[in-house]
Amino acid sequence: MSAAGDVEAAAVQAISGDEDVVRVRQLVRTAAVAAKLSLVDQTKLVTAASELARNTLVYGGGGKAEVSHLDNGARRGIRIVFSDSGPGIPDVELALTDGYTSGGGLGLGLSGARRLVDEFELETAVGVGTTVSVTKWAR
Amino acid sequence: MDRVPILKIGPVLLVSIQVDMQDQMALALQEDLGQRIVDTGCRGVIIDITGLDIVDSFVGRTLSTIASISRVLDAETIVVGMRPAVAITLVELGLSLNGIRTALNVERGMELLARRADEDDFAEPDFVDEHEISKSP
Repeated sequence: MSAAGDVEAAAVQAISGDEDVVRVRQLVRTAAVAAKLSLVDQTKLVTAASELARNTLVYGGGGKAEVSHLDNGARRGIRIVFSDSGPGIPDVELALTDGYTSGGGLGLGLSGARRLVDEFELETAVGVGTTVSVTKWAR
Repeated sequence: MDRVPILKIGPVLLVSIQVDMQDQMALALQEDLGQRIVDTGCRGVIIDITGLDIVDSFVGRTLSTIASISRVLDAETIVVGMRPAVAITLVELGLSLNGIRTALNVERGMELLARRADEDDFAEPDFVDEHEISKSP
């Protein structure tokens, strides 16, 4: 069993257009409410999901988001895994810097999303794709 | 695509965002609002975000851009009705909402704009004088 304890089957949302970013937000909000996250934590997680879903769409050329419920015995949580088969991130350090953007954005997507969650993992390979996993635990 | 309605209430344009906006919808609002400011000559814009569960960097940037466009078109933008959880999240995200004035609710926003209009009226004669002087031979 993983360190996270029980992991309940994931709900999957494909991300291939603007409207899917809205769907990811709705899916994550429903899950966060079910996991009894506080209102502020729900808001933080949905905001992080919105940033990451848009990254998947804009930089990754589309992909998917998988939302799963965690239970480590003491606490419940939500994990969201965003994956794409896009160009990958050549310089992860740089991509995680506040204000850095390779597109037309504010450069707060990755770095901001990382601050809004409890756990953040990024795996990327140039030419292969990027996977970002975020977890938020109920307090 | 749905569009966000823009209402004219006296000298003010009121935009109440009630739905989870797609990015395209936010961009359309930006364009529509610029056009409405020019068409109506309104000097104030109130954007009510009471209905928004979240403001991410895209929506935040759109609000900043709307405020800048309005300013260039001689109108002031006030964002009202931000939920406390949204404010907390925005600060943590690192979004500063540059150049945006805020008020707690629509009523306070209206008061703020009315006060601005009074100050402008007061300042008007000076401006007219200067204008006359510069035109005189």
